[in-house]
Amino acid sequence: MSVRTQQDTPIHAALEEQRLNRLAHFDVPGHKGGRGNKELKHFLGETTLSLDMNSMKPLDNLCHPVSVIKEAQELAAEAFGADDAFFIVNGTTAAVQAMIMSVCKAGDKVIMPRNVHRSAINALVVCGALPVYINPGADKRLGIPLGMSVEDVRQAILKNPDAKAVLVNNPTYYGICSNLREIVKIAHEHGMLVLADEAHGTHFYFHEELPVSAMEAGADMAAVSMHKTGMSLTQSSILLTKRSVNPDYVRQVINLTQTTSASYLLLSSLDIARKHLSLNGKQLFDKTIQFANYAREEINKLGGYYAFGQELVNGDTVFAFDSTKLSVHTSDIGLAGIEVYDMLRDDYGIQIEFGDIGNFLAIISAGDRNLEIERLISALAEIKRLHKKDKNGMFDHEYIDPQIVMGPQEAFYGKKRSVPITKSKGEICGEFVMCYPPGIPLLAPGERITEDILNHIAYAKEKGCFMTGTEDMKIENINIVEVE
Amino acid sequence: MELWYTDQHTKDVRFSIKAKKQLVSHESEFQRIDILETQEYGRVLVLDSELMITEKDEFIYHEMITHVSMAVHPNVKNVLVIGAGDGGTIRELTKYDTIEKIDMVEVDKDVVELCKMYMPTTACKLDDERVHMHFEEELRFVRWKQNEYDLIIVDCADPFGPAEGLFTREFYGNCFNALKEDGILINQHESPFYNEHSKTVQKAHKHITSVFPISTVYQCHIPSYPSGHWLFGFASKKYDPIKDLKEEEWNALNIATRYYNTDLHKGCFYLPTYVKELLGTK
Repeated sequence: MSVRTQQDTPIHAALEEQRLNRLAHFDVPGHKGGRGNKELKHFLGETTLSLDMNSMKPLDNLCHPVSVIKEAQELAAEAFGADDAFFIVNGTTAAVQAMIMSVCKAGDKVIMPRNVHRSAINALVVCGALPVYINPGADKRLGIPLGMSVEDVRQAILKNPDAKAVLVNNPTYYGICSNLREIVKIAHEHGMLVLADEAHGTHFYFHEELPVSAMEAGADMAAVSMHKTGMSLTQSSILLTKRSVNPDYVRQVINLTQTTSASYLLLSSLDIARKHLSLNGKQLFDKTIQFANYAREEINKLGGYYAFGQELVNGDTVFAFDSTKLSVHTSDIGLAGIEVYDMLRDDYGIQIEFGDIGNFLAIISAGDRNLEIERLISALAEIKRLHKKDKNGMFDHEYIDPQIVMGPQEAFYGKKRSVPITKSKGEICGEFVMCYPPGIPLLAPGERITEDILNHIAYAKEKGCFMTGTEDMKIENINIVEVE
Repeated sequence: MELWYTDQHTKDVRFSIKAKKQLVSHESEFQRIDILETQEYGRVLVLDSELMITEKDEFIYHEMITHVSMAVHPNVKNVLVIGAGDGGTIRELTKYDTIEKIDMVEVDKDVVELCKMYMPTTACKLDDERVHMHFEEELRFVRWKQNEYDLIIVDCADPFGPAEGLFTREFYGNCFNALKEDGILINQHESPFYNEHSKTVQKAHKHITSVFPISTVYQCHIPSYPSGHWLFGFASKKYDPIKDLKEEEWNALNIATRYYNTDLHKGCFYLPTYVKELLGTK
């Protein structure tokens, strides 16, 4: 067999070959190339449906890859500078959970910033590991959580020498990076592994002006959300590992929860996206950075808005900033980020990634055109002209230091009862409460419900944030843990 | 040999013109630009395969996009023209001595250069000293203007390409901001006839109405355009298109036109029922 290069796309090629083979299918999926469901075929296109095949010998099997998936994963590992790569079709959530569950079991500690995505705390609920939270620095003006300070990580490591790993957001949703190289160094000195949630950092691997990637910084595992900035299909993701972890064990852990019917649409999209990034990443992200920098400049010229960038870098809690993230602070024009987010969609037909209390975030990619960038800036000019208000009365802080009373698993599976949220002050929370997006819990299982948090929830609801997490779909009642 | 150019009017409807020869075929940074010499329609400008103007019927489009507002607003001095690379709108505007300055913003310089060479019927006045050309993104240009223009004319292609941003609420809002307190915005408003386009007409009208206190559309007949039935938007801060028509004053200017006249001015605002229904004004 010839040696594979980054030009190759083994899954894509095998899939195309099977499509042209025109097999008579007596296997699933039952739509059989769309013939069994004409409306679906018409909607998604005949090619899509004919490529929606099941695992078979020539197409390999994600649960136990030995041929084309194995080769595609090897190419991905090479492209990202990892020792091993695992294709994930259950979203980066599954990749984050696989990282944590590969290195922890019940009772083990993981050091992490509190502003992790819900998927990380979900993993703790499932496997019973315990979080040691580090308070991320907060930017008072912007009201956003920052990265972890190296000194805080060092202290946490010294106080918890039995912790198994340190989890780092690289970067946060807002594009803020901690000093990952230094954190890796300290963690490794103390025998701990470093896991990176790179849900928002796929592009770091392909452009030298962007912050350092987890694999380059020496981290042991990284969950890379290819579908976010890597341009594969939604829900497809990659878990990268170094040989400091056992790849065969990682595969077993992934198989505990991942589907046995992995979608070849998702897998081939990972394969093709990896090739595209590998061959064209530099130009793609040059363009992305240019777009984002231009938009930042123009938005700042509008006045009132603050599109923040490299000036936040402070050598510690903002060790680096991801220039491709267009995050804009809106409180100074008297509008919550979520209000601007809603106006952009409802009045101007512009959908952005998320809005929270003081900011919104727009995702810029090489798929953008001048046209859309100009529309966004012009719409912001209009929103300011028409809706600018006095900033008094705007909520001014976002990060609340949590009080942990018990582990997430103990609280989630403990004896609970439902009470109105407004009457829950002082109780221990038995579930999650968060705005989605960004999906960073305001309350996680096992945390004390405080007045500050209740105020925050009430304000977020009033401003129109989309709240999730509680058993009660209306988010009016909350499950609290009954303490004996 | 027979050479036919086909304009795809909708997915299922085509319009073909026999061509004598192709004069230009050029790929610019933004689009493909073709200019053809045809038997029936004279020279034809085509952008990204879509027919923009023909020498035979461009007068209808350019007169109607220009003179309606000029006969309503008594004192137009400063005009902003968006798009209009072929120069036809500029040609009509330069017939007015009262206009002091015309800013023309066209994103694609190559269209202007090629029209100057091959479309002299329309591009003949692009060198008028009152015309100031700006080759940049239209939205960006307008965003920074405030209380500056008496008239803005949006002379652009359909919204399924580079001109998409010129049919948005943010653009209309920025135009409102760029106009003086008695300013008028005229825009190319597509055809109401085919379903593929009528949604655009509806949406654009809704957007303009949400921004301007006075907003309506008027119609004309352009044979080479899809369905031939064409609309323009008239949006204004102060002047009513019919009540404020300065009929005598305009006729006294003795401006030569072949389609527009002040009788037609009044008539073109009376819309067919299906258009009223589409715009929700019935």
